[in-house]
Parts: sequence; structure tokens; C-alpha cells
Amino acid sequence: MQAAFAALSSIVSWVASIIDPMCGPIGIFRLFAQDTLLACGDTGWGDEIAHGFLITASLAICTLPIGLILGFFIALAKQSEEKSLRLATNIYTTIFRGLPELLTLFIVYYGLQIVAQQMMAAMGYEGPVEINAFVAGMIALGVVFSAYCSEVLLSAFKAIPRGQYEAGDALGLHRGKTMRLIILPQLVRIALPGLGNLWMALLKDTALVSVIGLPDILRQTGIAARVTKNAFEFFSIACLLFLILAMVSSLVFSALERWTKRAEGAR
Amino acid sequence: MSHAETMLPALPPPPEAMKRYTISRLIGRALLGVWLAVSVGIFLFIVDSWSPEKFAKYGPSFLSGLRVTLTLVAISVILGGILSLPIAYGRMTKNKVLSWIAYCYVYFFRGTPLITQLFLVYYGLGTFRPYLEAVGLWSLFKDAWFCALFTFTLNTAAYQAEILRGAIESVPRGQHEGAAALGLPKGVAFFKIILPQAMIVALRPYGNEIILMIKGSAIVAIVTVFDLMGETRRAFSRTYDFQMYLWAAVLYLIMVEILRNLWAWIETRLTRHLKR
Repeated sequence: MQAAFAALSSIVSWVASIIDPMCGPIGIFRLFAQDTLLACGDTGWGDEIAHGFLITASLAICTLPIGLILGFFIALAKQSEEKSLRLATNIYTTIFRGLPELLTLFIVYYGLQIVAQQMMAAMGYEGPVEINAFVAGMIALGVVFSAYCSEVLLSAFKAIPRGQYEAGDALGLHRGKTMRLIILPQLVRIALPGLGNLWMALLKDTALVSVIGLPDILRQTGIAARVTKNAFEFFSIACLLFLILAMVSSLVFSALERWTKRAEGAR
Repeated sequence: MSHAETMLPALPPPPEAMKRYTISRLIGRALLGVWLAVSVGIFLFIVDSWSPEKFAKYGPSFLSGLRVTLTLVAISVILGGILSLPIAYGRMTKNKVLSWIAYCYVYFFRGTPLITQLFLVYYGLGTFRPYLEAVGLWSLFKDAWFCALFTFTLNTAAYQAEILRGAIESVPRGQHEGAAALGLPKGVAFFKIILPQAMIVALRPYGNEIILMIKGSAIVAIVTVFDLMGETRRAFSRTYDFQMYLWAAVLYLIMVEILRNLWAWIETRLTRHLKR
């Protein structure tokens, strides 16, 4: 079993190295930047920056589902009839939409560290406790994303007429099924442009996690800039990589929008 | 004909319908309990680690940080607003070259993180030191505060240009045609008819942009500007006292909430003729 897993993971990493757009056999850095500072391997910074690119992208992708799910439930709570639920979630969104993302990140990073330290101390472990920067970034960005996401989803919920729920009742669907079969598809269609904007903001906010030491695009290019003294080139590359991420995601989102609107065209 | 001799005694009101204890109420109460516990915990934490010397030592520096943040945001928003006018014009003009340049400008500043732009200006322009010295701008770009102001101005100009463009384009065609039918010249029609309607649409996005700038300005702390965040980081690195971050959070929240409520008030005031 373990051998199978090892083989599988080695195959996956082999395929990833083949289609790696930067340092693979047909990567940009490999083809065009072989003898420059961006060469792959020990002579250049290409592979470090490629790794940073991967970390930025995976941080954003890992944060997205947390933020979406949390945001969905917060949006549900915000339109509930129960006053205490609305109050509790409104406090949440006010706080996390009002705080700077950087400050949220620091509070989560250092606060979690303190909490973890005290818990470990209570369990009898004395020593330094370190929180993973990736996890801290995921939590902080996910919380901020969910606060904004709940607002987008709430306004999308409000755009769905009551009659849709009543139609679900009339068909004898119970509430979960009405939500899944009738409301959610329309919700996605209405909320997608807003969610696309939030995704762009999330992509840009991942750059902040470099401040607490996650080796993402910005940190790797920053190290390269400090070592080689070619700051302008390397930070331009960082900007370019973020632009590429933005372009790719706007392509994906326009495809998604077309896909969710496929029923409207046929009408 | 029979009639009642006595009045019926008043009946007691019907018993109040028992409110069902729903799951959502349970969750709501639990979440409120969590918030209460968190706030009590934070309060106890602050009381526990409270010391008047720290407050006397770092309180004034927090205030000066607040001042730096506010001046930075105010100046960059105003300068960005001025710079956004030609960009918005470029975005709407029929001239291909101009509109392409404006599009690229806006795409770059909206597509990359503010912190990367700041690093590009603050660290990156050092590469061009001889040229900057030749034109006498080096003394400006050596200063982190000026670099932050420069970056923020360029950044917010891109966003404000998009806000302005969206608002102007949201004014329906009929308004242009109405102005033309009245024989108004283009300029008068724009300033007296189009712009007032566009500004009402643009009001809320402008408020959001200022709030975003206040929040975004926290990153200048990384390039050694001592704004509110910078002072917080300095105080934290000297005391290792976590409550510094909590104080900063409270100050930021107060700033944003004041601005948000002020903007809501302005909006209701300015749109009261649209109320039905």
C-alpha cells in the first residue's frame, strides 16, 4: 500500500515537473532565461520564484473553500429571523471588514501562538511553539474572505424572489432540497461577478503573508532582490506573476459565468 | 326581543403563544456567548497586563501613528482623485492609443497587490539612483513616506478612474439626448446634467475606496513608515505585549466605522430628493 502511494506521488510530481510552466522542460525560465539571473537550478532564481508562485496559488486555492463555506453559512444566519443570530454575525462582519488584512494576519499569527503556547504550558510542555505561516495565512485570509463573501451572498439571496421558495414548497421539496435544487443554482449565477472580485482581492492579499515569513512570490523575489541588488527587475517579475494569476483567473471566471448562464441563452 | 342585561366580564388575554426554541436560536445564543466570552477574555487580558507606564510611553506614539495614517490617506486620495480625471478620460475616449494606455495603467494597478507596487517603488527605484540623482528626485524617493504616498496616489488613481468611468457610463443615454435636444453645448451638458447624476452613483464606491485605502495603508509599516501599524509593530517588538495589536485593531475599527456612518449620512442627505 505504501509503495503504491510512493509510486503515485512520484508519478504526480513527475507529471507536475513536466507541465511546470516555469522550470519544466518547456518552462519559460528554462527556455528564455537560461544564462540570466532567472535560470533554474543553483545558478539562478528561477526555481525559487517558481516555488513561490506555487505557494501563492495554493494558498489562495486552499483559502477559497473555507471562506466560501463560512461565508455561505454567515449569509444564511444574517437573513434568519432569529435576532441573536443576526447580531452575532453582524459583529463578525463588522470586525473583519473593518480591520486591515495585515493586522488580522498579525493578530491571528501572534494570537494563535500565544494561545497555543499557553495550552501547551497547561499540558506541561515548556518550549517554543511555532504556528505555521501557511495555516495562519489561511485562517486570517479565510476569515476576511468569509466576511466579504457573506455580504455578496446576502445580496444575492435577496435578489431571489420569494416565489422560488414557495414553488419549492408547492413541489413538496423539503428545505434542504429546495436550497440545493432551486436556490443554489440561481444564487451562484447572481453572486458570481461579486465572488470573482473577492477572489481577485484574495489573490492580492496573499502577498501579505510574505510578511510573516511564508516563502511566496513576494518573499522569494524580495530575497533575490536583496542578494543580487537587482530590486527593480525582481519586483517587476513579482508584479508580472500576479498579473498572470489575475489574467488566468479572469479567464476562468468568464468561462464559469458563461457556464452558469447556459440556460439563459437557450430561452 | 331579548337583550343582554349584563355585560360579559372581560376575558383575560389569550396565553402568549410559546415561542419554539429553534435550533437557530440555540446557535445564535451560543455565538453571542462566544463573542461575550471573547470580549470578556480580551478585557481581562488587558486588565491583567495593563500598566500605566506603557500607556504613557506608547499612547502618544499611537496617536502620532494615527496622524501619519490619516495624512497619508487624505493626501493620496485627493491627489489620486486629480490624477484619475485624465485616466478616466482616457478610458472613455475613442482614441485607440490613449484608451489602450489608460487600460494598461488601470489593469496593472488593479491586478497587482499594493504591497508589490510599494516594494517596486521603494526598493526597485533604488536601481535607478544615478538617473534620479541627475534629475534631483532622489532625495524624494529615498524617503519611505514619500514612496508610500507616490504608490498610493498611483494606485488609488487607477481605482478612482474606474469608479468615475462606471458612474459616468451609468447615466442613461436619454440624459445626453435630452441635453442635446435643449440645445445645451457639450460642456454645459456634462457639468450640469451628467456629472451631478454620476456623482451620486459614485458616492458609495468612493467611500469604499477611502476605507480600502485606510486599511491598505497598514502595509507602509513594512517599509519603515511609522503609521499606526508601524507604531504598533515597534511597540510590540519592544514589549512583546499582545495588547498593542488589540489597541491598533480598536483604533482602526473606530476609524472605519466613523467613516462608514459618515458616508451613510452623506448619502441619505444627498439622495433625499430621490426618496419616494
